[in-house]
Amino acid sequence: MKVGVFICHCGNNIAGTVDVARVAEETRKIPGVAYAINYMYTCSEPGQDQIKDAIKKYDLDRIVVAACSPRMHELTFRRTVEKAGLNRYYFEMANIREHCSWIGEDRELNTNKAMEAVRAAVAKVMQDKPLYSSSFAVNKRVLVIGGGVAGMQAALDCADGGHEVVLVEKSPSVGGMMARLDKTFPTIDCSICILGPKMVDVAQHDLIKLYAYSEVEEVKGYVGNYQIKIRKKATYVDWTKCTGCGECMEKCPSKDAYDSFNFGVAPTKAINIPFPQAIPKKAKIDPTYCRQFTKGKCGVCAKICPTKAINYEMEDEIVTEEVGAIVVASGYGLLDIEKMGEYGGGRYPDVITAIQYERLLNASGPTSGHIVRPSDHEEPKTVVFVSCCGSRDKSIGVPYCSNFCCMYIAKQAILTKDHMPDSQSYVFYMDIRSPGKGYDEFTRRAQEEYGTKYIRGRVSRIFPKGKKMVVRGADTLLGTTVEIEADLVVLANAVTAAPGAPQLAEKLHISYDTNAFYVESHPKLRPVETNTSGVFLAGCAQGPKDIPASVGQGSAAAAKVLSMLSKDFLENDPAIAQVNQNACVGCLKCVKTCPFQAIVEEELRGGKVVAKVIQTVCAGCGVCTSTCPCGAIQLQHFTDNQLLAEVNALCLS
Amino acid sequence: MADKDYAYYPGCSLEGTGSAYDASIRLVMQALGVEVKEPHDWSCCGSTPAHAVDHLLAGALAARNLVLVQKMGLKGVSAPCPSCFSALKTAHYRMAKSKAFKDEVNELLDVPYEGTVDVRSTLQFIYENIGVEEVARPVKLALPNMKVAPYYGCILNRPPEIAQFDDPENPVSMDNLISAVGVEVVDYAFKMECCGAAFGVPRKDMVNKLTHKVLSMAIEAGANCIAVACPLCQQNLDLRQAQVNAAMGSSFNIPVLYFSQIMGLTYGFTPKELGIDKGVVDPGNLIETGPIVPKEVEKPKKTKAAAKEAS
Repeated sequence: MKVGVFICHCGNNIAGTVDVARVAEETRKIPGVAYAINYMYTCSEPGQDQIKDAIKKYDLDRIVVAACSPRMHELTFRRTVEKAGLNRYYFEMANIREHCSWIGEDRELNTNKAMEAVRAAVAKVMQDKPLYSSSFAVNKRVLVIGGGVAGMQAALDCADGGHEVVLVEKSPSVGGMMARLDKTFPTIDCSICILGPKMVDVAQHDLIKLYAYSEVEEVKGYVGNYQIKIRKKATYVDWTKCTGCGECMEKCPSKDAYDSFNFGVAPTKAINIPFPQAIPKKAKIDPTYCRQFTKGKCGVCAKICPTKAINYEMEDEIVTEEVGAIVVASGYGLLDIEKMGEYGGGRYPDVITAIQYERLLNASGPTSGHIVRPSDHEEPKTVVFVSCCGSRDKSIGVPYCSNFCCMYIAKQAILTKDHMPDSQSYVFYMDIRSPGKGYDEFTRRAQEEYGTKYIRGRVSRIFPKGKKMVVRGADTLLGTTVEIEADLVVLANAVTAAPGAPQLAEKLHISYDTNAFYVESHPKLRPVETNTSGVFLAGCAQGPKDIPASVGQGSAAAAKVLSMLSKDFLENDPAIAQVNQNACVGCLKCVKTCPFQAIVEEELRGGKVVAKVIQTVCAGCGVCTSTCPCGAIQLQHFTDNQLLAEVNALCLS
Repeated sequence: MADKDYAYYPGCSLEGTGSAYDASIRLVMQALGVEVKEPHDWSCCGSTPAHAVDHLLAGALAARNLVLVQKMGLKGVSAPCPSCFSALKTAHYRMAKSKAFKDEVNELLDVPYEGTVDVRSTLQFIYENIGVEEVARPVKLALPNMKVAPYYGCILNRPPEIAQFDDPENPVSMDNLISAVGVEVVDYAFKMECCGAAFGVPRKDMVNKLTHKVLSMAIEAGANCIAVACPLCQQNLDLRQAQVNAAMGSSFNIPVLYFSQIMGLTYGFTPKELGIDKGVVDPGNLIETGPIVPKEVEKPKKTKAAAKEAS
């Protein structure tokens, strides 16, 4: 056995605090090492050529690279050794950067630690066995979770690429938050006018199957072969019969239902179609308000419905779909303004959220686009906008910037002036964050052309005074406190993760951060991938972002799906669990502990029961290995013997 | 129900300017059947005059009193004065957070403080340990003329991570206690605006403005009486009312009572017993008591709904 070891300087990243020449020198003394050298950038092309040349020249059959984390370049070097004719698993990486040079400043100690890491890696590589991938067929259908603008974009791009798409939307219509907006910044074009055609495309595309008012219940399987259980929530209206005529909504006597589409700006009927452009345009009963459910009698909608679509007995239905890839575009939530006690959110009717104000501005909203105060339905003449309501405030658990509030506040201030030329708007702000194309010009326009008064400072209290709301805050540029008597106060409440985001993440085996936004595989270089292969991200589920960014990410996720689905077969990672049938006693503890249901019971000839690993499902986590009482199930490339060899090398040094 | 066996730390104000607060609390506790246990030989709580100069010594002053409670073998202590409450609880909080601070303070004490005493304001003690249901029980009389604006001041529930009581921006505990004894409460926005605190001496001009704001907001909301839970708030709002009127051209004449005095009146104690005569603004007929009139059940609403249903 001849081991070659390549020690990387990584510029000064490693060589700055590790004596790499000494590491190479010491490495040459390790039994089994036939060749060791230090080099400036081992990952560079000449660096890789050096490895290939050395394999040929010195007849090396195992390679160790001591450099950065295997997460960075393990794949690079596996390919290099494979090109030189070795099995790609005859390769080990010793991490002497993240685990060593970057975290310690003592050159002597770092050098010692680097040598130990190399010794362990050499011991492991000498125990390595050749492994080979097997390939499996890929289901070319795609699941998109969330029918907002990001999800619809991903669905349309995948479908245009020729793949069948299953689109699951939680609410009764696709469109998401964008469907609720009046205009969009910085062009002030009508939101539903540009979104509507996309919604219609989704509805009419032959390859898109839409499940509205449905949720993902269970995700089983693995990249290329997922089985998805979808819960179609009971609407109490047979959507195959409903024509969306709206007769039921007109006649329904229960008029106080909460209107989630309008964020409670005005009540709706217990049976309703959320908005005129809804896709699908179908009615749905809210049983918490419907008299048939609360009082046991009514039946008005059932009597009036011309197609007899009403069915009070309807129950949730579970359907199963099989797909190969998943795009998660489950959107965002908004901070409950009752958490901001000093603003009186929830206590004072004339303190509302920006999305509620958006519905007041919107021609298809409950006031037909007339701005009125909720308390007395009078037109407000003085409107105060409060930005960063919760955002960038650690004390209420939102340490981050919500990204797009500065822009929509400027837009709403401009629209306020358009609707009511004799009105005056004020904006309390911490910083104006407008880094997009045409964005800063837009916020300037709100101030210079529309006369919006921007006050730099935080609001400390909002309280009623007669019919007015007094907004008291600091003007940090003037160094004084200010009080503005407003008719209406609009709070730009923080963007949060969507309700239920962690639960969905757990179903999908993807990770989420402390704020419950989904975590991308790499913040710069893999922004739409997750660490679970086959699952991709788009839109605000990954973090607050505006419409152009959401659409861009939707298309990017679709591009990743299309490139994955361009292959008929995928190769599995052979570093998975394997059962030694001779040693297995058939206790089947591993079957119970496997988090991926990758292990099943198998009966051999003669009736002996043993565990069997389904290769394509096993994720190589190793839980079974530590469960097995007799060491019969071993994770390939991380077997007990291989790991003990590393430990021994460390103990001997 | 939480433990009612707490010590009672009156603090210096309650022996002087706030003696009426002390008297009324003792009577209320008596009516509620809760024994008042005053730690023997209690000393200064270490509030503003101390902690403005030296945090360590202020901590030690407070902790000395906590040690007395610890020796009594009680779970906690309640302090009626928010300054005392804040000083005691801040010392407890700091010692719990930092071992270094705890060691430094204990170095100064004869007996070390173990960090086991639960510190509450007496308002919180009555609200949480006794509870509104119990509080309603001894009520004998009604106060039909009174419309109360509860005023909380700044530190009863702030900073929230230390005070750990009620909503720091919109507290309701005093509102609920006063409602529980059958007295009408009005809601208003300045429940916890600054009253000027101890700046009444060096910056009378500023305190006049602040007090003016609080009083006018309460009156605008329809109140004819203000309830407080702090001797300093009481002083600024009551004693300085004439001063505010002179400076701001107002004509306020609104009595400022301790919440415990209002409770005591409904329990049948006399104004004299409760020290109400010690206030500056005369409460006049507001403190006239009458028989309890059973509250009307929300009948009109029900009939309206029923009518709707029938049609």
